[in-house]
Amino acid sequence: MIENRPFITFLAHLTLVLGVLLVAFPIWITFVASTHDAVRMTHVPLPLLPGDQFFVNLKTALTESIGGAGSLPVGLMMLNSLIMAMMIAVGKISISLLSAYAIVYFRFPFRMGFFWMIFVTLMLPVEVRILPTFEVVANLSMLNSYWGLTIPLIASATATFMFRQVFLTIPDEMLEAARVDGAGPMRFFWDILIPLSRTNIAALFVILFIYGWNQYLWPLLITTDKEMFTVVMGIKQMLETAEQAPDWHLIMMTALLAMIPPIFVVLSMQKMFVQGLTETDK
Amino acid sequence: MLKRVHFGPSVLPFLLVAPQIAVTLVFFIWPASQALYQSFLLEDAFGLSTEFVWFDNFADLINDGIYLDTFKRTAFFSFSVAFLAMSIALILAAMVDRIVKGVYVYRTLLIWPYAVAPVVAGALWVFMFDPTLGIFAYALNTIGYDWNHKLNGGEAMTLVILASTWKQIAYNFLFFVAAIQSIPKSLIEAAAIDGAGPLKRFWTIIFPLITPTTFFLLVVNIVYAFFETFGVIHAITQGGPAKATEILVYKVFYDGFVGLDLGGSAAQSVILMAIVIVMTVIQFRYIERKVEY
Repeated sequence: MIENRPFITFLAHLTLVLGVLLVAFPIWITFVASTHDAVRMTHVPLPLLPGDQFFVNLKTALTESIGGAGSLPVGLMMLNSLIMAMMIAVGKISISLLSAYAIVYFRFPFRMGFFWMIFVTLMLPVEVRILPTFEVVANLSMLNSYWGLTIPLIASATATFMFRQVFLTIPDEMLEAARVDGAGPMRFFWDILIPLSRTNIAALFVILFIYGWNQYLWPLLITTDKEMFTVVMGIKQMLETAEQAPDWHLIMMTALLAMIPPIFVVLSMQKMFVQGLTETDK
Repeated sequence: MLKRVHFGPSVLPFLLVAPQIAVTLVFFIWPASQALYQSFLLEDAFGLSTEFVWFDNFADLINDGIYLDTFKRTAFFSFSVAFLAMSIALILAAMVDRIVKGVYVYRTLLIWPYAVAPVVAGALWVFMFDPTLGIFAYALNTIGYDWNHKLNGGEAMTLVILASTWKQIAYNFLFFVAAIQSIPKSLIEAAAIDGAGPLKRFWTIIFPLITPTTFFLLVVNIVYAFFETFGVIHAITQGGPAKATEILVYKVFYDGFVGLDLGGSAAQSVILMAIVIVMTVIQFRYIERKVEY
């Protein structure tokens, strides 16, 4: 601290508290709504303090189908989301590690060609190629499957670049020493490169898990079968069927459940995540 | 780029890049080239006949007043979201820099929304502003303002901007905090000794020095508002009322999957792709310049 000005420090805290309130208020309201029953949620004004129905709603949301006949209970939707998020995160990290390794450590024909091909994917977000990509997935009959949900999303230029950067900072002597000791390329990869990039892998995992969990447009197109719905899509579904009589307490419970895993991942790995985010995205 | 010490040619590197390249070719490059090709075709809704029409689809879009309106709306939406999310984040980051105790607590409390899916963010805000039940709609009602974003286009736009901004503050905040903390303390101290007050120091030292981050975030925020807010809009307004919140990405989706205008949708995709390419080039030019420092 450069100078001691209690008033300005007070002002700083005040602003931050207001900021926190602004950021946290919607989440608080969600939590409050998820703790009341259906009757209370139709009376204006809505409550600002939690009620006592939290566990009742939790049980209903996790095990029964909400809004619209035959839709999946939220518990199963969350399982779908978890599988999808894990497949995307693990898939992206694996294929990016491999291709970054090849590009940094091997001399082979078309090396730069491959590099640019990966680079180009940076410029083609799902949103701009939805129709043709949908056709490809349909032709490969991967609709309504975990493969269709994840594989088209696992090519990642960002992750490849990050690992490339990490590998470039690893001293050349590592490879020389490994070679002297008789390690082949794959041995070097497993026993030296992977352990050395462990923290980067963890940081990237947080970012990619959230990315995967929060996917919306893509699952919306690829899944027509209710069995495959993810929780993020489920909320939209409930909002839609809720036009006449919204079960806000259950919708908000679902929203809460949809937020908890990614928020948990971010908060529990906060330090790595912050470092990973501010360093990889640049 | 290539390590000085490396492995010689063999089949192995090809096997290593194979998964990435396969996914890239099948799900990125092929569909993108298809989009490019389809944008030159005129197809009926049942796919029975196609005709090669060169740039007619693009000409239609440009001559179509609706598309230009969508473009302007998207620009307004994106700049509003970027400006609001960045200003709020910068104020909070500057305040965090001033305090000693509790930095970690504030940061923890401020980064949640990063993890919230756009659709879920949309659901939260649509709940709070629900015209009959929402807590904010009720509050506005008691002071005599009749809020109904389902009927009023301006209010609908305000709501999607608020929800999108809310979600993006956390991200900007983390980057601004990192940028401000990387400024050498000696600069700030020197200015303080010369008699510059906190506000003056902020505007003449901190703000200019974090320009690269600000610029980077501007690009990221605009890209975010252009593409990732689809979920927010889909949950809150579905582009309505009367297209008042239909942005470009939403229109591609709507025209392609609901309107079944394949050529038109593909042409829009191509325009979006051009926008992304420009943004990426800007972003990378900036990074190169930063590396030279």
